[in-house]
Amino acid sequence: MLNAWPPYGAESCYILKDFVSLICLMISTLSHHLAQLETEAIVILREAAAAFERPVLMYSIGKDSSVLLHLCRKAFHPNRIPFTVLHIDTTWKFRDMIAFRDRMTAELDLELIVHTNRKAIEDGIHPIKSGSAVYTREMKTFALREALDIYRFDAAIGGARRDEEPSRSKERIFSVRGPNHSWDPRRQRPELWHLYNSQIAADETMRVFPLSNWTELDVWEYILAENIPVVPLYFAKERPVVERGGSLIMIDDERLELAPEEKRQNRLIRFRSLGCYPLSAAVQSDAASVADIVKELRTTRMSERAGRLIDVDETASMERKKREGYF
Amino acid sequence: MHAPLHRERDHLRFLACGAVDDGKSTLIGRLMAETGSIPDDQMANLIHLSKRFGTTGDNVDYALLLDGLEAEREQGITIDVAYRYFGTAKRAFIVADTPGHEQYTRNMVTGASNAEFALLLVDAKTGLTKQTLRHSRILSLLGIRRILLAVNKMDLVDCSEAHFAAITADFRKFVAQLVFDHVEAIPIVARDGDNIVRPSKRMLWYKGPTVLQHLETVPVSTHQRDQAARFHVQSVIRTQTGGRGYAGYVSSGAFNQGDQIVVARSGRKSTISRIYVYPSEIDSIAAGQAATIELADQVDISRGDIFALSDAAPDVADQFAAHVVWLNDNPMLPGRTYSLRIGTQAVAATVTALKHGTDIESGERTAASTLAINDIGFCNLATTEPIAFDPYTKNRETGAFILVDRETGATAGAGMVDFPLYRASNLVRQSYEIDKSYRAKMKGQKPAVVWFTGLPSAGKSTILNLVEQKLSRRGIHTYALDGDNLRLGLNRDLGFTEADRVENVRRAGEVARLMADAGLVVLCAFVSPFRNERRSVRERHDSGEFIEVFVDTPLAVCETRDPKGLYAKARAGKAFNVTGIDSPYEPPDHPEIHLRTETGTPDELAEQVIANLTRMRIIVR
Repeated sequence: MLNAWPPYGAESCYILKDFVSLICLMISTLSHHLAQLETEAIVILREAAAAFERPVLMYSIGKDSSVLLHLCRKAFHPNRIPFTVLHIDTTWKFRDMIAFRDRMTAELDLELIVHTNRKAIEDGIHPIKSGSAVYTREMKTFALREALDIYRFDAAIGGARRDEEPSRSKERIFSVRGPNHSWDPRRQRPELWHLYNSQIAADETMRVFPLSNWTELDVWEYILAENIPVVPLYFAKERPVVERGGSLIMIDDERLELAPEEKRQNRLIRFRSLGCYPLSAAVQSDAASVADIVKELRTTRMSERAGRLIDVDETASMERKKREGYF
Repeated sequence: MHAPLHRERDHLRFLACGAVDDGKSTLIGRLMAETGSIPDDQMANLIHLSKRFGTTGDNVDYALLLDGLEAEREQGITIDVAYRYFGTAKRAFIVADTPGHEQYTRNMVTGASNAEFALLLVDAKTGLTKQTLRHSRILSLLGIRRILLAVNKMDLVDCSEAHFAAITADFRKFVAQLVFDHVEAIPIVARDGDNIVRPSKRMLWYKGPTVLQHLETVPVSTHQRDQAARFHVQSVIRTQTGGRGYAGYVSSGAFNQGDQIVVARSGRKSTISRIYVYPSEIDSIAAGQAATIELADQVDISRGDIFALSDAAPDVADQFAAHVVWLNDNPMLPGRTYSLRIGTQAVAATVTALKHGTDIESGERTAASTLAINDIGFCNLATTEPIAFDPYTKNRETGAFILVDRETGATAGAGMVDFPLYRASNLVRQSYEIDKSYRAKMKGQKPAVVWFTGLPSAGKSTILNLVEQKLSRRGIHTYALDGDNLRLGLNRDLGFTEADRVENVRRAGEVARLMADAGLVVLCAFVSPFRNERRSVRERHDSGEFIEVFVDTPLAVCETRDPKGLYAKARAGKAFNVTGIDSPYEPPDHPEIHLRTETGTPDELAEQVIANLTRMRIIVR
């Protein structure tokens, strides 16, 4: 199916029926490549909606989530998005992210659930003092597992991409999770053609990744072509930061404690990847629009996760997190 | 740098395959690095790792970049396919990178199923190997029509043109028997980058494109030999106009507003009245597009249906022949029911006959009674309801299916439809005036199948015998079916292998079904060790008619009873495939009646069955 795009393929030449699709293409601003990725994702979203009883859309508020929401609108138009939307709130997200989340929820009439690991907060789990490994496990992994169990979701749809990180390169589009949401590499099902195996047992759940085959550049080019709203933190602006261990950390509120030698300063920065503000490193950049970002990405040579302080804890850390149930 | 809006940029999904030391990782890594697809921080890390762990001397060891999961390294397991992404201004590439060593068939089939093109590596010094031949055959079977043979390590043969020509000629001769449309060959040195992105200075005799140039210009082959229009219905939704809309995607061909279409399975016809692609209504859609279609007529359509233009409908049948590649550690057993998924349709399916296996090296037919992991076989399959399909060689999207193990949920088999078998469509069930309910009414009873399952010597026959006597005294017409008795006649040709056990239970289930149809209460005593087969028998009966009785006796107790001396023989190594010893027994999850035989005498247990049958209103007097 999707492989058949573009329709001008090998042997067939530009004759009548292909002319029709060429006209379609001229209306769209998407490249063949993006159009194909878009169709693939729409088909996957509809399969997830049809195959599961209680699917949930994981909403991280980042650019990938924005693209997912947009694809959902396309997939189910003119109906509303048939998924509950879940945000795992660590209480340390950028304020701009929360504002954006609430704006999108209102605009798209989303059924939003916000879940926080309250117990961990009471226990004083802190992004810096507890160390990022403990913090991530408690506030993200355990919080997610808890939310999935409480609401008995049987499938969670997320915006993870295979190009993000080496251990993701073998992730399935429909990825089965065992009891306690653990990911067992041995039990990964081969995924052939566009036939997605959605069968799960009572103690299993599914993760669904419609953007598996997208790269970071694809995501931004799609955002540009489709004019998709994203959190303003992706765009360069003078923001208060502190330099810490070679990274620029934004001072988003008064909770960030500065050491005596640390100085608050204003820098022209933006983020390539958003998360908890004390753990997200900014990049110095003057890309102030989506077009600027696309241009920057075509020349830049740093991976987006370079700014994520949670991946560098230990080798193979992402894989370990996943086996514990991290998204 | 690519232009801001490069609408012509397309993408190519290709498969990279080769034996372990052919240099596949180096080639892919180099393609990624030289197209600027590896970020600086990852590249720096790679250089650092290469110095510490690298096996390539002073060169960057790209295998470290592409290396898989920690779990794989630690446990020595292989996850079939890793996906890599790189791109140029002209084209984005999605590479299915399949490990060359273990389980090559399964891995390659998985990777090839979504590829439009394949890059096949050989070592110039070793030339073509058995592995090369296997790889080519799998690519051909999976419908890849264009391949590139990259002859690597040319420096080890002095970059000799004659050597390259000899390998290429050999290869072309071999693949002539396969069904490739286009075969290209390029001499390379992946380690040094010769003819990868830049032309080699050592092989000036080679005038063709580099690997990257070839990848950028090779036509994105659609595989579809047949451009017949196919639209797969994913779901039925309400549209803006309040009508029924069919959300789905076009897998081949094109549809226009006003086209007359046929719904493949039902044969019902209608006309396309509207086509929606968010956010607007459009006149036509083509392969690779998702859309919502509205029809002019009220036609019964559901998820899994295929729309076609009315002059070119796909085949519809409930029996067909197909090539099946087995992907699971549990072997494929003819007679066992699997869940089959084709397009957006899911049905139950059984392999009715395994015609032959295929030797992947020689292509020759082999005798086979089951398929183990990595085996390829040619089979007849039957589905519980008709499905719509095209032969795989004509259309990859409508001719491909997967078989899912109903117990574990594993994707167990990959299938490619060859042709429909019309035997079943010539058979029409005769309906007679005197039917099951009439016959049952004459006997004044409710038909049922009471199925005793449990280990050998668990006490199934003993209890059954008592239950039958008690039923007879109440004037209920019964019949007893027993595993051993059936094996003396109807099932005389069956042994005790897993495959034969599956067939044994299937036949017993069918006989029980006929007898229940005759109005009888059928008492069956079968070890019937597999959940899957008991479930299949249950599904062949009306709801409430099949009553599973688990005769639950610990293995140790069965072994001490052992009236047939079966366990003793098994323990002495004189009998094989004895359930409980060297063949598994899967206890029922939710039996209607659970008899713990240690808790009572056979008569008490039989009374327990009678009480349950009364509660279920099988016994009403």
